[in-house]
Amino acid sequence: MTDTPAYHVPGMVPTGPKLITGRFDQVDGFTYEGYVNTGGYTALRRALTEMTPAQVHDEVRTSEMQGRGGAGFPAGTKWGFLPAGVFPRYLVINGDESEPGTYKDRLLMERDPHQLIEGVLIAAYAIGAAQAFLYVRGEMALAQERLVLALKDAYANNLVGRNILGTDFSVDITLTWGAGAYIVGEETALIESLEGERGMPRLKPPYFPAAKGLYMQPTIVNNVETLANVPWIINHGGQEFHDIGAPTSTGMRIFAVSGHVNSPGVFEVPNGVTTFRMLFEAPEYCGGIRNGSSVKAFIPGGASAMWFFPEHLDMALDKPTVDQAGSMLGSGAIVVMDETTDMVAACWRIVRFFSRESCGKCTPCREGTTWLERILKRILDGHGRPEDLDTLLEVCESISPGIAWPPRQTTICPLGPSAVSPIASAVRKFRHEFEHYVQFGRPIEGVHQHAIHGSVAHV
Amino acid sequence: MSEETSTDLGDLIEDSEPEAETSDVAPEPEPDPGVAVTINGRVHSARPGQLVIDACADAGAFVPHFCYHPRMSPVGMCRQCLVEVDGPRGPMMVVSCMTPVAEGQVVNTATPSVKRAQEGVLELLLANHPLDCPVCDKGGECPLQDQAFSHGPGESRYLEEKRHYEKPIPISDLVYLDRERCILCDRCTRFADEVAGDKLIHFISRGNDTQVMTFPDEPFASYFSGNTVQICPVGALTAKPYRFKARPWDLEQVESTCTTCSVGCRTVIQSSRDELLRYQGVDSEPVNWGWLCDRGRFGFESANSDQRLAVPLIQTDAGLEATSWSAAMSTATELFTEALNRSGPSGIAILGGARGTNEDAFAWARLADRLGVTRRDPQLADGLAAQILNRPRATIAEAAHAKTVILLGPDLKEELPVLFLRIRDAAEKRRSRILEFSPMETGMTRYAWRSERYEPGFAATAVRSSLADPEIASQIAAGDVVVVVGRQNLAESDAVTLAALDAIIAAAPAAKVLPVLRRGNVMGALQMGLAPRSAESEASQILHAAADGHIDLLVLLGADPLADCPDAELARRALAGARRVISVDTFLTSSTAHADLVLPAAAYGEKAGTTTNLEGRITPVTAKVTVHGTARPDWMVAVDLAARLDQDLGFNDLAGITAEIAATVEGCEELEALSAGRATGTGRDGILVSVVVPEISRASTEVTERISYDYRLVVSRKLYDNATNTQMAPSLAPLAPGPCITVNPMDLTRIGAEEGTQVKVIGARSATVLTLAASTAVPRGLAWVPFNQPGGAISEVIDLDTTVTDVRIERL
Repeated sequence: MTDTPAYHVPGMVPTGPKLITGRFDQVDGFTYEGYVNTGGYTALRRALTEMTPAQVHDEVRTSEMQGRGGAGFPAGTKWGFLPAGVFPRYLVINGDESEPGTYKDRLLMERDPHQLIEGVLIAAYAIGAAQAFLYVRGEMALAQERLVLALKDAYANNLVGRNILGTDFSVDITLTWGAGAYIVGEETALIESLEGERGMPRLKPPYFPAAKGLYMQPTIVNNVETLANVPWIINHGGQEFHDIGAPTSTGMRIFAVSGHVNSPGVFEVPNGVTTFRMLFEAPEYCGGIRNGSSVKAFIPGGASAMWFFPEHLDMALDKPTVDQAGSMLGSGAIVVMDETTDMVAACWRIVRFFSRESCGKCTPCREGTTWLERILKRILDGHGRPEDLDTLLEVCESISPGIAWPPRQTTICPLGPSAVSPIASAVRKFRHEFEHYVQFGRPIEGVHQHAIHGSVAHV
Repeated sequence: MSEETSTDLGDLIEDSEPEAETSDVAPEPEPDPGVAVTINGRVHSARPGQLVIDACADAGAFVPHFCYHPRMSPVGMCRQCLVEVDGPRGPMMVVSCMTPVAEGQVVNTATPSVKRAQEGVLELLLANHPLDCPVCDKGGECPLQDQAFSHGPGESRYLEEKRHYEKPIPISDLVYLDRERCILCDRCTRFADEVAGDKLIHFISRGNDTQVMTFPDEPFASYFSGNTVQICPVGALTAKPYRFKARPWDLEQVESTCTTCSVGCRTVIQSSRDELLRYQGVDSEPVNWGWLCDRGRFGFESANSDQRLAVPLIQTDAGLEATSWSAAMSTATELFTEALNRSGPSGIAILGGARGTNEDAFAWARLADRLGVTRRDPQLADGLAAQILNRPRATIAEAAHAKTVILLGPDLKEELPVLFLRIRDAAEKRRSRILEFSPMETGMTRYAWRSERYEPGFAATAVRSSLADPEIASQIAAGDVVVVVGRQNLAESDAVTLAALDAIIAAAPAAKVLPVLRRGNVMGALQMGLAPRSAESEASQILHAAADGHIDLLVLLGADPLADCPDAELARRALAGARRVISVDTFLTSSTAHADLVLPAAAYGEKAGTTTNLEGRITPVTAKVTVHGTARPDWMVAVDLAARLDQDLGFNDLAGITAEIAATVEGCEELEALSAGRATGTGRDGILVSVVVPEISRASTEVTERISYDYRLVVSRKLYDNATNTQMAPSLAPLAPGPCITVNPMDLTRIGAEEGTQVKVIGARSATVLTLAASTAVPRGLAWVPFNQPGGAISEVIDLDTTVTDVRIERL
């Protein structure tokens, strides 16, 4: 991996306009003045004064923007699920970004809060919601502070509240902070949390938010990044958005890369055409694997995704392509592990995360993830038994029958099966590393438990 | 976390069927078109809206489950009830407790993949379960144990350390929690929230550390806590009175009806070695839905008390002394003969009879008839005039499905707890609107659509002005009104409540009435012939006559006027003024201490017969254990006495009494069949009987305005009080809150005393000292005192002859 392929010459990697990260480098991008001076709130004005809600909805539908929360479901289609004539209906914005390795929404909220607020307002206008709830992860102090300031300015400038910009459209935005639970990023658990209950998911069906959501009313739950794209779509048209990226994955998309790359960070890349290799190795992005090492495995879409391996490096960041390959782009959190990574330890760290974050509602997840974590820890501590690998997979089977992708599940939400992904990936691909641990009580040559620092250590 | 990682939202929405309401039970069975579902290859007709798990059970395919309970909303938490349902994309694994049936649905409960999934969940449930079955009370009747055998993998591969918690911790005075055994099924917490409305236990922590817990320093002090023990699918919740008393396989049980109050909940009585050990609720659709209150559930302790009367007692110069039944019955005969000779039947009065069976009451009523005794009343001037029974009567189910329920009675939560659950359910599920008339806040107030306050004495005025409110008027005009009426305030004449009822009936002539007289079998006693015949035979007049020396023989059938009559002074004078007193009771009470002759009575669980609940529903009660000592059922005493007095009652055993009731009491024709079926527990729903009792006209009452320095008294009962059966149950006795007088916080300055201090409560006749408390539940100008609390004597200041009771409250 020391030779730099030709396409790593600057300019050879596909680029595109910065749709939503344009103000990231702007010092006052988060202020009202900074936002308005760079074209902020023009989309809102246009939507409210020149377009009907149906037209706004049509633009978003035309853009075929996939939701950025993880499932990648087209936002315009989702909005269409609201039953006609049932009011009140709510817009809930999921800012509870807690997937290990994901930090794109945090930056969007910290560096460009007005863009999000504008997107929320336009979305509320399109779906006919008079009340929006912005649920921000509890730990994101700076994002919370800046959103509060931004919302205050927006209210002061008649952009939120009654008769926005003199039209007869009114909507209120309520800010809510999470209390530190990953599971609340699941939309029905987020709704429970908003209602003041414990953050535990509801069963779908019958509790599809679009039909029976917040306070049992029709509710649309959208991700922060999804709505941040809306002002651009309104300003430039859905078709122009659709023309960026690949037809199967439209627009630009933010990926948060962490792990063993030289310059980890958040990158807005053309969706569907950029490949993993370009992202990891191009100088304008991550700039290569650290210490000149090579990729051993990487997680393409958050800790709950199945792992990818070097043979997947030239795959495009395209939803259908990645889905077909047996994983997902999820929320755009990419974690890179180089050759020195101890796969058993990496696997354990991720499973530990899920076992700690299990809400405790469903038996298989509550008991199963903890069991998996304890087996892995025991193997790491040098007390593994030969039958442990089978037990690991058997317990996985109890949580996610078939251990297939997309996972089937015995639980309400996908958190339990998420813990299965790293085990299924690591045990299948690196079984010898597990067996080495069981036999000798230590990792194979050349890997180090501590090597995972900087990769999945923060998990 | 990502909002959606694996499910395809769009497809699922399109696939999903319109959701069916499953928790409501329809009031009348609707024409049932049936939904054709294929379960394990056989077509089964399910009820529309039924859950797959229930449809499978009906079709004979048991689906293992832990969190699902038919009387609570499903949560899909334990994941044990996974089955396969064929969908557009092949068989899908769904939780059958949250999936409604659909036409043409294909359900499989026993395919290899279902079996694998169910075994997997069970292995996981057992992973952290301590498997301490040999020392667990639930072992032998444990759903986890049973289903581990029937649907489990057989062995566990779990080698890791299990969860450890301090073993059992008390979460209330009655319930212990063992968090190691808990499988977090959400049944107890859901019950506390959904059914009881006492959201005092909840999950704390998360994931593998999740545990059921109370709030800090706030115990699970619910009147219904025992139900959580009964529905716990493991041995995590155990009840103090039963812990380590027996193994389930050593218990024998019969079905019966609880007679602690007049709701008439169906129960099973369980005993071992001839000792009552446990009562469990039985799901009776028209009555209790499987629930019991703690007072009913744990009341068996009093039957086992070693303070029970075992032999007859006779008054001598040295006090009450033991004697034989033959000597006692001779004395009783002498006392009756003497009284009849002195002043004829009008010199004899019978108080009580509401604690026994219908057969007891009937036998005594027949004896009274034969002797010509008309002075008889099963109530102690603490209920309502008996003619309340003559109103068009509603059932509990009708009340719980009525458009409007008007509450003009006591705090149901305190006096008739399971009726409270049913009415609360109606309000919570938005079936009924509750219109409450009460002098102060009750346990039902927070569920009421409107709660109207009135000053004692002016209920009718309040009713009339409320019914003039257009919103209330239109609600009433919509019809389907049930009035739940009972004695609200023991410091106020029942005439006030009856006048208010008249005002309601005037506005809603078609309204039905559910009379909520609280004593166990008071309805049975009234309907079986112990109802007063004239104004002079009502309890208050009997007591007055006794006090004035006109009663030669006062018979107390399980009655304790000193404790239960609102006017203690009158009761005391009556017991002193009656020439002779015979008491038939299970314990020595304050009143029996004054008796010339005390006959030990058989208690609940020791005698068979039938009982009548407040709707007029007759159900069998069953004898499970042999009687304590030489105690006898009341009817036997009556039959024996009749023989000695040369009276022919027309029967001389229990079967004879039953036959005679069936032959003579209107509506009881099927009583013999009901009683005959008692051994097998059939006839759970019983028969509804509505007997007309004599109408008694009374002088109308006058109410005076309160002087502004005074407080108008509200005296009502709490669930736990100084009642003998509560005090003799060691687990229940400490739960009585004790005496106090509660005023509005704004009245504290007027009194010049702080909460917790002792104050003097001065009535027109006498005064008593009570602890002062303050609560916004009590309106200004009123003072609330719980009745018959240990150590309190509010009945000293109540005068039965006044309509309302005003007191002054002074600093000591």
